[in-house]
Amino acid sequence: MPSTNHEPIKAVPLRHPIRWAVALFLVAISAAFVVDASHRGAYDWKAFAQYIFDPRVVKAAGVTLALTALSMFFAIILGVSFAVMRRSPNPVFRAVSWLFIWAFRGTPVYVQLVFWGLLSTIYHSFFIGIPDIHFHNFYLGFHQTISQQFSLFWIAVIGLSLNEAAYMAEIVRAGLLSVDSGQEEAATAIGMSWWTTMRYVVIPQAMRIIIPPTGNEIVSMLKTTSLVTAVPLVTDLYARTRDISTETYNPIPLLLVASAWYLFFTTVLMIIQYFVEKRFARGHSALIAMAS
Amino acid sequence: MTPMVIAEEVHKSFGSNHVLRGISLEVAHGEVMCLVGPSGSGKSTFLRCINHLEKINSGRITVDGTLIGYREHAGKLYELKAREAATQRSGIGMVFQKFNLFPHMTALENVTVGMVRVQGINTSDAQVESKKLLARVGLAEKLYHYPAHLSGGQQQRVAIARSLAMKPQLMLFDEPTSALDPELVGEVLDVMKELAASGMTMIVVTHEMGFAREVADSLVFMDGGVVVEAGKPVEILSNPTQERTKSFLSKVL
Repeated sequence: MPSTNHEPIKAVPLRHPIRWAVALFLVAISAAFVVDASHRGAYDWKAFAQYIFDPRVVKAAGVTLALTALSMFFAIILGVSFAVMRRSPNPVFRAVSWLFIWAFRGTPVYVQLVFWGLLSTIYHSFFIGIPDIHFHNFYLGFHQTISQQFSLFWIAVIGLSLNEAAYMAEIVRAGLLSVDSGQEEAATAIGMSWWTTMRYVVIPQAMRIIIPPTGNEIVSMLKTTSLVTAVPLVTDLYARTRDISTETYNPIPLLLVASAWYLFFTTVLMIIQYFVEKRFARGHSALIAMAS
Repeated sequence: MTPMVIAEEVHKSFGSNHVLRGISLEVAHGEVMCLVGPSGSGKSTFLRCINHLEKINSGRITVDGTLIGYREHAGKLYELKAREAATQRSGIGMVFQKFNLFPHMTALENVTVGMVRVQGINTSDAQVESKKLLARVGLAEKLYHYPAHLSGGQQQRVAIARSLAMKPQLMLFDEPTSALDPELVGEVLDVMKELAASGMTMIVVTHEMGFAREVADSLVFMDGGVVVEAGKPVEILSNPTQERTKSFLSKVL
C-alpha cells in the first residue's frame, strides 16, 4: 500500500571538519599574502599608480589590443577557409590545408615570428607583374622592397595570424563535423543552396562548438602578443613597460602594470564570451533544461 | 494526363554495392503509393533518387514531366547547376525518419526559413502562411517551441509543415513513423491521411501496413533492388502472388 505519510526527513547533517579546516587555511594564507603585498616595498605601489595610466603605457595597451584583434580577425578568416578546404572534394585543396596546419602548428610561434622578422633578409624585394620587361627603365608592374612595404607591426600581425589560423582551422573543422549530416540533407531537400545551408543551418549550429575554444584562443592571443619582441616589434604592452623599467631601474611595478592591463582585457573578453555563448546555445539550452 | 512520377530502369550503386537494379514505376497525380520491403531493399535509396539527393547511375526519373538532375538537349544529358537542382528539389517535399528539424530554430522558424531563404518571401507573409500550416498539423499552440521541447510526433508534424511550406507537388516520406514511440504514430499518420485526402501526390516508405491498406492507392513491394510485386494494397496484402512477398508479409502482419 502506498504510504500517505509525507513527513520530510529530519536528520542531523553530516559534518565536514576537514573541508572547513582547509578552507580556513586557504583564506588565512591569502589574507596574509595580500596584507604583506600591500606593504612590501619591492612592489612599489606608488610607482604602479604613477605608470598604470601613463600615456605611453595606454598607447602600448592599444597596440596590444590592435595586434590581438587584427591577428584573430585574419586567423578566423584563414582558419575557416582551411577548414572548408579540408572538406573539399579537391585533393589538392585538402593537401594544401593539411600541410599548412602541419607546418604552422608544428613549430613554435616565437620561432615563426623571428622568421617573419627576417623576411626582408630572405626576400629582399618582391615584384608583381611581368618579369624582365622594361620600358625606359620603368618596370611594368609593382616592385617594392620588403622593408618599404611592411612595417614591423604588420609583420607581427602576419606572423601571429598565420600561426593562429592553423589552430582555428582545427577548431572550425571540429565544429562543422559536429553538425549532423541530416541537417544538411534536410536543408538541401527544401531547396537551399550550399551557401544558404551553411549560413543558416550548419554554421549557426557549429558556432556552439566553435565559440568556447575560440574565446580561449583570443585570450591566448592577447598574451602571445608579448612575443612580438621576436620580430622585433617593441611598441606592445610588455615590451614598452620593460623599456620604461630599464630607464627607472624598477621592473617590478611595471610588470604589475602590464599584468593589470592584460587581466583587464581578459576579464572583458570573458564577459563578452559569456553572452555570445548564451546567444548560440538557443534550442540546445532547452534540451539541457529538459534533461535535468 | 502524364503521371506525376515516371521512373525508367533506375540503377544506383554505392561503390560495388548495386542497390537499385532497374526500378520502373509510375505514380499518377494525386496518387498515394506505399513502398514496402525488407531493410536494405533499396526503398529509401529510390526515394532519395527522386529528389536527386542521390545521383542515379542509369535510367531516368521525371517529376511532372521534368527530368530530374539533368537537362536534355539534342540527345545529350547535361548535369544541372547547383542552383537549378535546388529549385527542382524545392518542389518536392521530403520527410525524414529522424525528422531533421533545425534544432536552433523554433517550430515557426523551421517552417518559415525555406519560404524566406529559398523562395524570397518576406518574413511577415511567411509567418502568416507558416502559422496556418502549423495549425493544419495541429500545432497552433507550439509555434515558439524549440524541437527539443516537442515530442517525436510533434517534431515530425513540424517537419511535414516545413515541407508543405515550399508548396510541393509531390511529397516523399522516408519511414516517417519508424523513429516514433508507438503511441505517437497515430498523430503523424492522421496528418498524412488528411494530406492524402487533400489530393497530394505521395510516395511513402513505411512499415505501417494498416496505413497502406487504408490510405494508399497502390502498393509496391521491393526486395534486392527490384520491384517484386505492385498493385492495389488490398490485393497484395491479402493475396500476394510472389514467394518473397508472402514471406515478408508473414513476418510483418
